[in-house]
Parts: sequence; structure tokens; C-alpha cells
Amino acid sequence: MPPATSSPSRLGRGDRLFLALVVGVPLLALLALVWLPALASIALSFTTWDGIELSGIHGTGFENYTQILTNYPPFWPAVGHNVLWLLFTALLPTPFGVFLAYHLDHRIRFTRFYQTAIFLPMVLSLAVVGFIWEIIYDPDTGLLNSLLDAAGSSGHIDWLGDPDLNLWAVLVASAWRHTGYIMILYLAGLKSFDPSLKEAAALDGANGRQTFFRVVLPALKPVNVIIVVVTVMESLRAFDIVYVLGGGTGSKPGMELLSLLITDNIVGESGHIGYGSALAVLLLLVSLAAIGAFLVQTFRKEDA
Amino acid sequence: MTQASRPTPLAPGSGPGRRGVVGGLFGLTAAALAAPVLTACGGGPKVDPKTVTFGSNGADAAPKSAYAAVTKAFTRDSGLKVATNTVDHDTFQKSITSYLQGTPDDVFTWFAGYRMQYFAKKGLATPLDDVWEKLGDGFSDATRQLSRGEDGTYYFVPLYNYPWAVFYRKSLFAERGYEAPATWDEFIALAKRMRADGLDPVASGYGGGDSWSVLGAFDYLNLRANGYDFHMALMRGETSWTDQRTTRVLDLWRELTPHYQKSGGGRSWQDAAQSLLDKKTGMAVIGLFLGQQVTDEKIRADLDFFAFPEIDPAHGQDAVEAPTDGFMLSRRPKNEDGAKKFLTYLGGAAAEEAYMKADPSNLAVNEKASTASYNPLQKKSAELIARAKHISQFADRDSDPGFISTVVLPGLTEWLGHPDDGAATLKKIESQRSRFFTA
Repeated sequence: MPPATSSPSRLGRGDRLFLALVVGVPLLALLALVWLPALASIALSFTTWDGIELSGIHGTGFENYTQILTNYPPFWPAVGHNVLWLLFTALLPTPFGVFLAYHLDHRIRFTRFYQTAIFLPMVLSLAVVGFIWEIIYDPDTGLLNSLLDAAGSSGHIDWLGDPDLNLWAVLVASAWRHTGYIMILYLAGLKSFDPSLKEAAALDGANGRQTFFRVVLPALKPVNVIIVVVTVMESLRAFDIVYVLGGGTGSKPGMELLSLLITDNIVGESGHIGYGSALAVLLLLVSLAAIGAFLVQTFRKEDA
Repeated sequence: MTQASRPTPLAPGSGPGRRGVVGGLFGLTAAALAAPVLTACGGGPKVDPKTVTFGSNGADAAPKSAYAAVTKAFTRDSGLKVATNTVDHDTFQKSITSYLQGTPDDVFTWFAGYRMQYFAKKGLATPLDDVWEKLGDGFSDATRQLSRGEDGTYYFVPLYNYPWAVFYRKSLFAERGYEAPATWDEFIALAKRMRADGLDPVASGYGGGDSWSVLGAFDYLNLRANGYDFHMALMRGETSWTDQRTTRVLDLWRELTPHYQKSGGGRSWQDAAQSLLDKKTGMAVIGLFLGQQVTDEKIRADLDFFAFPEIDPAHGQDAVEAPTDGFMLSRRPKNEDGAKKFLTYLGGAAAEEAYMKADPSNLAVNEKASTASYNPLQKKSAELIARAKHISQFADRDSDPGFISTVVLPGLTEWLGHPDDGAATLKKIESQRSRFFTA
């Protein structure tokens, strides 16, 4: 090996070209597909634009933001609904999914069948899920009202039309999907759990509950982080199922969510691109704050 | 990664090698990323001078077969092929802005009124004055007015319109001895009587994507109580929504809402219409398109309507809500000559007759079109429109559609759930008015 020309610590031309490609292509993709739209949204949020000619963009400073925060009736209800969505999902379907996973991990009969059945909603496409729940909630011929009628209640409940009720109806549909998702994630974690830890806990005289809360849960910390992040993200970006059950035309009274308000303003015949972008930036800030705070908290403890 | 920590290179000759695989994958990714850019440069499909492209929102069975009949007749006459691209009605509307800016079809279906003028003003449509020169004089002044943009140029070729009214079944009214009311008081009295007879007096279905259907009642209440001029000023954002007169509309509406079919907020308009056909509800404020729901011709013959009742004698029943549908030409048509020929044909009597034959739920706007094939309902509808002093389109066509769909409709449907004096609802709507009507 001639020492001067090709030392192993120097990169050849081919190597450099290869590295430039391997780093450059994803970098370009990231810039073009993630950073450019994100920065464009932020820039547009300080303007008004109807989405047609580029010359139609006019700067307005913080006008969009002040309007949204002080003079946009659906904004604060939407924030409230997003918070409610987060609390509901974190308190009911998520723990329930973990609960199911814990029990299905034991050798009970037909466990494969249960796993499949509970995970099934996650496999179905969202259009199908929306259709199923529309049939259940239909005021005249729906399953729920028919059951209520049969049970002797004459009340005609407008599940998806009543602004006080429809958010809860949608939350139930979303929980139906979310439970299976969490169950599968947690089940995967449990499969990798070292059974000798459980045996040791049993030898020390721990009962089932103690074993779960003192041994299993702390040992599965990486999975827990994923589940919390998934839950928070799903709640903040909640959109699809509400959109489908709302008829696919944007936000409905009682079911306003930040994500829907964005599409209300951007998609449609006369777009308010700037206004919608300002809403999107607000949602981005809230999401970053929620996830950032959580991740910093989690990983700081780990480093210490 | 520092160079010192760089791992030793792969042993040569061990199959494709990690680098080869990684490189191949990135090559694929790069190709995938570049693909849309490259096709965008290609300039789209080749222009065929014998073909006109046509974007249609008539995705339901009746309009779809009607448009098919019209394009077939045109091809037979002119030798030009029509490539129809049908999109679901709601989807078509929602994506119209991006559709018109992308590579739209040459000719596309659209609505008369503010909605047409908006896109004309934005330069997304081609003027059609030369087409109108050939179309001749088969159109009323009201129709001509509806086909022009704010600059006075024609941008629109109308095909048909249809009136909104209060529909009912003749046999039900005959059985129970009901009479079609002419005034608001008679209307409310009739609703009360139906209620006592165990019927749901007014069919109601504005669930899911159908919230627009409540606008029929709103428009008529406003037209009857406050007149056409005030209604149009309100629609164009020129008057305050907290005006006394708008409050009056909600007060009147509140007299009617207790007689609405329950759970309207979760029902589709089609299900509400079906309840009228099944005689479970007594009346429905709806358009003639209700006929598209009818499958049994005996029921079609049993359908009838009365004009929305009079509220203020000063305005009587002088206005009719009759939305007009038709066609526009996109801004850079690929085959302009062919497209204009197609539009000239579409505005003519022959096209209207071909369309009406397949979809009898509309009325031809070209006065030269034969009305011989009209059923009694169509004849009565044509008379209703011919008698009208003012013709309005529909709130979401007379006003900024974004304002209606994201502000007015959520406000009104929420209010319908708990009808109160409406002060809070109207204040909410008013707070957003300036955002949509600045210029």
C-alpha cells in the first residue's frame, strides 16, 4: 500500500461523492418537505392571502394572531376540546389498553383471538371506521337509538347533531380505536419483559398489583415514554375521525378542534391562507411545548 | 463522525455490499422525490384538437346520466369528443380553488352568482362574450345578469335552475283535509295541527355535510320578512348581522323550530326527504332536487309544493330562491375552440332538452327549450319562477361561500339546537364579517 496517496484516514473522491449523496439527498428532502413548508407557514401567518396569485400576499404583522386570540368565536372552544380530548384519552383508553395488554400477556385461552379482535379497529381504514360509527349513531335507524327504543326509552337522542353530546360520541369512537393501538404497543413491550423479574417479585411476596406497579411498569420505561408521546400527539393532532363523522365539511358546532379550524380556513373556496397558517403555528407551538417538556423531563432524569 | 473513528472499509467482493444497497436505496428515494417535479415539467397530456375535457360535479346517478346524454348528443352533432371527469359534488366545491389553478378541464360545472363572480374576478375563468353572441336571445334578463361577472362580461353559460319551496304530498293533505297555507300565521297553524295529528310537521335533516340545507328556511324568512334588497345586502356583507331585521328572522324561525322533526342535526337531507315521501313528516322546505330521491313514479305524481308563505305584505311572495347551475371555461383551456363550441351547444335548447329528459328535477333556463316533456311539478316550478319579481340564488351562492360555511352555518346549526333570541349567535357571526368582506 503506497503510504502517501491513499491513507486510510483520508476519503477518496468516490467516498466523498457517496457521502455527499447519502447526506445530501435526505437533507434536501428534509429541507424541501419539512422545513420549507413549516417556515413558509410561519411566514404566511403574518400575512393575508387568498391562495391564488402570489402578488395577493400582504403583510399584516400580528393581526392574525390578535384576531384569533381575541375575536374568533370557535378558537377557545377548540382549545378546550383539544384539552378534553387529551385528558379523556390519557385517562380512559390508554390505561385500558395497558390493562388489556397486561391480561392478554398471561396465558389465557383464546388470547390470540382477543388480541386480533381488539386491534381490528386500528387495521380498518378511517373511512370505514367513520361509516361504522355513523351507522351506530344514526338518529332514526342507528343501532344505539334502536337499542334504547327496545329498552323502552322513547328519547330520540341526536348523538352526532347535538352540540353538547357530539364530542363525547366522537371520543368514544376514537377510544375504540386508540385502545387497540396502545394494547399492541404495550403487549410488544411485555413480550420482551424478563420473566425472572416477575418470579423474583413473587418470591418476595408481592401480589399481582404490586408486581405490576413496582416491577413491570418501571422496567418498561421506554415503552411508557412511547405510549405517552403517542397519546399526546394523537390528542393534539386529532382530526380524521372528527372530520369523517362531521360529514367532511370542516368543524361542526360542539366538535371544533384546532386542526379542523386550520382546514376551515385553508381548504375550501375562498381560502384565508394567512389566518389558517397562524392557527397552524399556534398548534405547532402547543405541540412542541407539550412534547418538548415531556421529553426533557424524561431524559434529564435518565442522564442524572 | 470523525475520520479517526471511521470503521475499516468493507471487504471487497462480498456481494452487493452495504454501501451498494444504501446507495441504491438513496437513488430510489431521489428518483421518487424528483418524479413529481419531472412530470410537472412535461406539460401534461398532449392536446388533442378533437377532444374537449369537461369537469363535472354531477356524481349522483340522475345528473351523471343526464350529462352523459348531453355529451353524447354533442359528439354526434359536432364530431368532437368530450372527456368527462366526474368528481363528487362536495369534493368538487371544496377543491375548486386549487383545481382551477392547476390543470383544470376546459369546461367545468359551476354555480351562478357571487360564487362565479369571485373566480372571474380572480382571473381563473375565460370571458365568454363571443359564446353569448351565438347563444342568441333565449334568456331572460335575470338569467343574463346572473351570467355576468362584476365587470359586465359574460363568464357563465347557464343550463338549468330549480326553485326552493315547501313540498308536501297531495294525498296526505287530502286525507287529513289540510290546505296549503298562504301566510305565516296559517303556516304555523297548519304545523300545530299536524303536530296534534301525530305527524312531524317539518322534515329536518342537516347532519354531517348537509348543514347547508338549513339555509333554505333562513333565506326565505329573510326574503319574506325583510325583502330581497335587504337579503342581498346581508349576503354581500354590506349590512350588520346584528341588525334588528336579522334578529326578527331568528324570532320568526323560533316559532317554526318546535315543529321541526327531532334530531335534524344528525340526519342527512336525503333521510329527511325520505321521511316526507314516507308521509312521516308533513312538509319540507327544500328544492326541486327532492325529486332525485323519488324512485316510484306514483310518488312523483303525488308530490306538490306551495311557495314559502307571506310574512310582510309589503314583500308578499315576490322573491323565489332558484339556484342556477351551468358552466364556465377555465383560464387557459387546452382546446379553446372546441370548448367554446361545446359551451355554445350547452347553452342551446337541444342540450337543455337532452338534460331534462334524463333528470326531470330541474328546469331549462333557455326559453326556447321545449317544455313538452315537463311533468306537472316542473310546469308549476316554471310558473313560480316566471312570476317572481326577484330571483335569489342560495345563501352559499349569493354570499362568500367561506363566510357561509365556516361562520354562518356553524352559528345557525348550533342555534337550531337551542333556539333562543339569537343575540349571541348573531354577534358571533357579525364579529367575523369584516374578515370576509373587506374590499
